[in-house]
Amino acid sequence: MAAARALARGVLLGSYSICRSRSLIFNSVQKRGIAACIDPSIGLTDEQKEFQKVAFDFAANEMAPHMAEWDQKEIFPVEAMRKAAQLGFGGIYVNPDVGGSGLSRLDTSIIFEALSTGCVSTTAYISIHNMCAWMIDTFGNNEQREKFCPDLCSMQKFASYCLTEPGSGSDAASLLTSANLKGDHYILNGSKAFISGGGDTDVYVVMCRTGGKGPKGISCLVVEKGTPGLSFGKKEKKVGWNSQPTRAVIFEDCAVPVTNRLGAEGEGFSIAMKGLNGGRINIASCSLGAAHASVLLARDHMCVRKQFGETLSNSQFLQFRLAEMATKLVASRLLLRQAAVALQEGRPDAVSLCSMAKLFVTDECFSICNQALQIHGGYGYLKDYAVQQYVRDIRVHQILEGTNEVMRMIIARSLLSES
Amino acid sequence: MSGRVLVGVKRVIDYAVKIRVKPDHTGVVTDGVKHSMNPFCEIAVEEAVKLKEKKLIKEVVAVSCGPQQVQETIRTALAMGADRGIHVEVSGKDYETLGPLQVSKILAALAKKEQADLIILGKQAIDDDCNQTGQMTAALLDWPQGTFASEVTLDADKLKVVREIDGGLETIKIKMPAVVTADLRLNTPRYATLPNIMKAKKKKIANVKPADLGVDVSSRLEVLKVDEPPQRQAGVKVETVDDLVGKLKEAGRI
Repeated sequence: MAAARALARGVLLGSYSICRSRSLIFNSVQKRGIAACIDPSIGLTDEQKEFQKVAFDFAANEMAPHMAEWDQKEIFPVEAMRKAAQLGFGGIYVNPDVGGSGLSRLDTSIIFEALSTGCVSTTAYISIHNMCAWMIDTFGNNEQREKFCPDLCSMQKFASYCLTEPGSGSDAASLLTSANLKGDHYILNGSKAFISGGGDTDVYVVMCRTGGKGPKGISCLVVEKGTPGLSFGKKEKKVGWNSQPTRAVIFEDCAVPVTNRLGAEGEGFSIAMKGLNGGRINIASCSLGAAHASVLLARDHMCVRKQFGETLSNSQFLQFRLAEMATKLVASRLLLRQAAVALQEGRPDAVSLCSMAKLFVTDECFSICNQALQIHGGYGYLKDYAVQQYVRDIRVHQILEGTNEVMRMIIARSLLSES
Repeated sequence: MSGRVLVGVKRVIDYAVKIRVKPDHTGVVTDGVKHSMNPFCEIAVEEAVKLKEKKLIKEVVAVSCGPQQVQETIRTALAMGADRGIHVEVSGKDYETLGPLQVSKILAALAKKEQADLIILGKQAIDDDCNQTGQMTAALLDWPQGTFASEVTLDADKLKVVREIDGGLETIKIKMPAVVTADLRLNTPRYATLPNIMKAKKKKIANVKPADLGVDVSSRLEVLKVDEPPQRQAGVKVETVDDLVGKLKEAGRI
């Protein structure tokens, strides 16, 4: 078949179908590489394979060709994300009656894993956006769901999640942002730190203190951009995750209507924790995609690079290293998918399993990507090669959505509370 | 005019896979290898679905010939917007020797059975590169054909087809019922959306055997040997044009 020409088509505005940009086949070959034993479609239903195929195609055609540019120029790729939303990726596990796709946690994990091979940072933001949409869908009343969810699912509007503060990270329950009730409004004062999308997004899901100390005094409010008293800090300069802006979100006598509160007063912390279970699955899925792509890149490099008269693929040490990477990848994937199923079914072990999955998968996948970089030798350190971006982008997955240390706390508590 | 379009879709080894020849040289390795829909068939499905969206035709039927696994390919067509599928069951030795002649006989029989007005196929498959099925199907049905289409316009019962030919572009007008084969630039296939993939689950795929259509799938061709292309040999550098001419004469090339 004649080599395809590079045809870049923009989104056809107002049309039903989203046409794909056709990139040179050679660009796509790397990312779509096939290796039977680590094939991520093993064990999936036909329908899940279809979801995965769309996500892989989208990642290879719409994201991978741009991931380096988005990283270097710190571009928030609104158009590409809206294209993804038109395929149903804006509210993957949100109810269809408000514009979501109504899929399961496992389907979601599969989709984010595939999208992540195209750009980890953008996929991670899409997953945060999904989590916010789900929170409003699950804990909001009908007015709130109908007001916010359709625009979020179509990514007409973008969302950010605000829990962390300068003084409360792992110790989330000690947050200080106050929300004092005055008539039919809450007056918010305080600031949130490290907010993904902060300043560029439209809808902020904010955890704040409406009551006394500790988790029971926390409520969840939805704050819209443009509300007087809502402002943002400077854009942070980060090692990775550069396709999403990160800023402090500042509240100064910011009045938010009581009708924007999700759930009852004091339910905020519980909402946050439930959201994080899914968030952990999603973030780990992004790590998985990066590791999968990195294993393929490392393998391809080994087959091409020659030293001492033969290709690196003849070196037994590197063969063993590659085998270890592949084994850890598959083990991570299986644990993660099990955790996703447990969460979907509401099993009692779901919280622990999600923590185990987040801990194991983010750690192992970082190690995999790091080793893939090593296998590339000096080339691995150059920004011309994608492997360094995977390493930089997934490093933060071991920190956010609950540090891996906090994951250990959760798992230990679960083990010791039974005795 | 029934307003029905038949689209043939073929399950082939994914274009990104490195092809390996079987050790016994009887074919290429297909076990455990990733397969997907032939890219030209994707373009054919997209064109059919576009015609339906413009309300120029009423129903898109996706057809594939092969073993159980081709149902995946039909499902992909359904997720792109086809209304229903037909799986023509061919397996084992028959599937290994299945070629354009047998497939075109099957498609011709189905076209008559389904009273199709239009058959859209990919111009060729990326595994065998035959580029014969569309033409043979048209001949068997005695229908006009618009092959290598880069643009198709439907007007009542006539089709205007712009064809990509060696000399450039040729525009022809053909009467329906007709066969069209899709070339690369006909359109850019859509992504299936998540809701469409879920809707596709409910769409029907009918099972049919070639015998039911009165088609004999035995092959007239026998594959003797399959080999990799020869390894590229190193060239030779020469100093002058005379040397070059001398070497070419030596090799018997001039």
